[in-house]
Amino acid sequence: MTGSTERMTGARALIECLYREGVDTIFGYPGGVLLPIYDELYSSNIRHILVRHEQAAAHAAEGYARATGKTGVCLATSGPGATNLVTGIANAYMDSIPMVALTGQVPSSMIGNDAFQEANITGITMPITKHNYLVQDVKELPRIIKEAFHIASTGRPGPVLVDLPKDITTDMVDFYYPDKVELRGYNPTYQGNLQQIKKAAAEIERSAKPVIYAGGGVISANAAAELKELAEKIQAPVTTTLTGMGGFPGNHPLFLGMPGMHGTKYANYAIQESDLLIAVGVRFDDRVTGKLKSFASNAKIIHIDIDPAEISKNVKVDIPIVGDAKWILSHLLKYTGKSQSEKWLEKIEGWKKQYPLHYMEPAGDEIKPQYIVEQINAVCPDAIIVTEVGQHQMWAAQYFKYTEPRTFISSGGLGTMGYGFPAAIGAKVARPDKVVIDVSGDGSFQMNSQEMATIVQNNIPVIIAIFNNGFLGMVRQWQEIFYGKRYSSTCIRDSVDFVKLAEAYGALGIRATKRDEVRPAIEKAIASGRPTLIDFIVECEENVSPMVPAGAAINEILDLERKE
Amino acid sequence: MRHTLSVMVENRHGVLARVAGMFARRGYNIDSLTVGVTEDPTISRMTIVVRGDDEVLEQVTKQLNKLIDVIRVSDLKAEDTVEREMALFKVSSDVNNRSEIMQIVDIFRARIIDVAPKSMIVEVTGDETKIEAIEQLLRPFGIKEMVRTGKVALRRGAKGVSS
Repeated sequence: MTGSTERMTGARALIECLYREGVDTIFGYPGGVLLPIYDELYSSNIRHILVRHEQAAAHAAEGYARATGKTGVCLATSGPGATNLVTGIANAYMDSIPMVALTGQVPSSMIGNDAFQEANITGITMPITKHNYLVQDVKELPRIIKEAFHIASTGRPGPVLVDLPKDITTDMVDFYYPDKVELRGYNPTYQGNLQQIKKAAAEIERSAKPVIYAGGGVISANAAAELKELAEKIQAPVTTTLTGMGGFPGNHPLFLGMPGMHGTKYANYAIQESDLLIAVGVRFDDRVTGKLKSFASNAKIIHIDIDPAEISKNVKVDIPIVGDAKWILSHLLKYTGKSQSEKWLEKIEGWKKQYPLHYMEPAGDEIKPQYIVEQINAVCPDAIIVTEVGQHQMWAAQYFKYTEPRTFISSGGLGTMGYGFPAAIGAKVARPDKVVIDVSGDGSFQMNSQEMATIVQNNIPVIIAIFNNGFLGMVRQWQEIFYGKRYSSTCIRDSVDFVKLAEAYGALGIRATKRDEVRPAIEKAIASGRPTLIDFIVECEENVSPMVPAGAAINEILDLERKE
Repeated sequence: MRHTLSVMVENRHGVLARVAGMFARRGYNIDSLTVGVTEDPTISRMTIVVRGDDEVLEQVTKQLNKLIDVIRVSDLKAEDTVEREMALFKVSSDVNNRSEIMQIVDIFRARIIDVAPKSMIVEVTGDETKIEAIEQLLRPFGIKEMVRTGKVALRRGAKGVSS
């Protein structure tokens, strides 16, 4: 196949390229300059999911990528279509998710003339893509598409944008798909330095208080099995970041939960007191480290990451190992023995007993948001949980025990409200065998609620669980604590009747207002097999606890429990 | 601390924007940046003078290397590097001081490339200290306009940056 040449239009060539890359699904929205491409899609075997807003196409492509590990693809027209992708591209960039964004562009001859629906999308997305292209000659198109998928999915993954002027899609080309890419400026390191790995092994064996701090890199490197083996072999407790959830079993005795601002107390205490921090596929984000100066200040730090630019970016590390987490962990396993952690693990057990995650049981039959997460976990422990951004996101991270990689999908770095619902669509399209639940807030959901039409039209049975507290809850929480309860522009009570909204779109709407309605609502949603929205009316001023105030050290972590 | 980076990049449109944008976005300060084609027409060389301590330099180098169009980054050490910059000065001058200016120009092995009744343009090539020295001596006559190219640099000896 690869060597054959056939004369065809650029649009046809694009579809050929996507076949060769194994693309089975595209999330997109048509427009004027995309007409030649959509005409080709009409008769292709690629499934095109028509969204209702291009932002959703980008998030859905990301959800698809996160659920599978494959590169997600989205498609939008020039100008506003392209700019609507921007938030989704930035989100994928911050969380290092492989994605190829295809955008239409005005004809080459009109570029730079402020033509109708023209936007300089390569210029706009330069700082939020791993790389981007403006195709200037149809002969370059196959090479560029090949490179785009290669760059997006290798090394530290990320989004790549390809801008396609309309004339490129109608020009004729003798199609030839290259076998391999030749990029002299791009050659990611996969194999870690063995000397460094041996040094790390020696430190581990010397360590009395080791902690493993693992992130999204473990998921993208498919290194969860090696991570578990390492933790068990060296007997070190493991904390996983928000994007690392599922990278280590949440029900494992060595699991510490999440670190940082809304992490567990014991994860934070363990990091602060550790003598060796083994950081794997993480970037020392400020939500994890708190005050940088006092972060893990007693520990030597081993940092395993595929991106050399992450080494010593925020925190100075002692033993950097650049490469693929799976490769490095499997080699580290060969060289290292057990650490000296017996007493340390006892101490951590003590902390777990003394400072467990907890919330106040309600006096009556009100619904506590944490309870919903526990019930979802009880009903479908192997569901894919996708979240929006805010309080519900933190509860979903704290109270669900993720046991497998790619079962927790959330906007980490960028913190994009409106992300979860479209990302859940992408995840459900990729994994129709799985129950996919968008854990949502009433604020976040309204940022992309138009996608109800998408799931109904395409019969994508995503379950949306709205934690409806009538507030932009996380901002309200900060206003309560730091701004004297002056709830400026955060009350959104009675915005809309969500059940009627779901019904208006033709989806199933369920409302739960009492504690004993929670579980039946979840069960009914799953049993229905239909696109379903559950409106959980929850306590409106519940806080996410514990919490490290911004700028504080992570062991200065407070309980924010509301007294009944 | 100032460092001279020699950066080999793909000779493609948009490369300058990628490099300049990265510096702006990450908050690194560029003292000067020059770019031109090399002996290989598919490769351009950027010479970037950047200010920062060793940690900043390390990050700058890594971030440059992350750009797909960047092929190689070398930190040129002053001791094994030749570096030059060119400047043009438009100096106020008339019959009374013209010869005095010409003497300065001679001393610096600079050249006069334009003479007009009330001004002349001096071209000077050299390292930064030389250009600053002649600028100081020309300033009393009145510098109407000046332009500097920014530094270009090559490593001494047979071994190059690209090899």
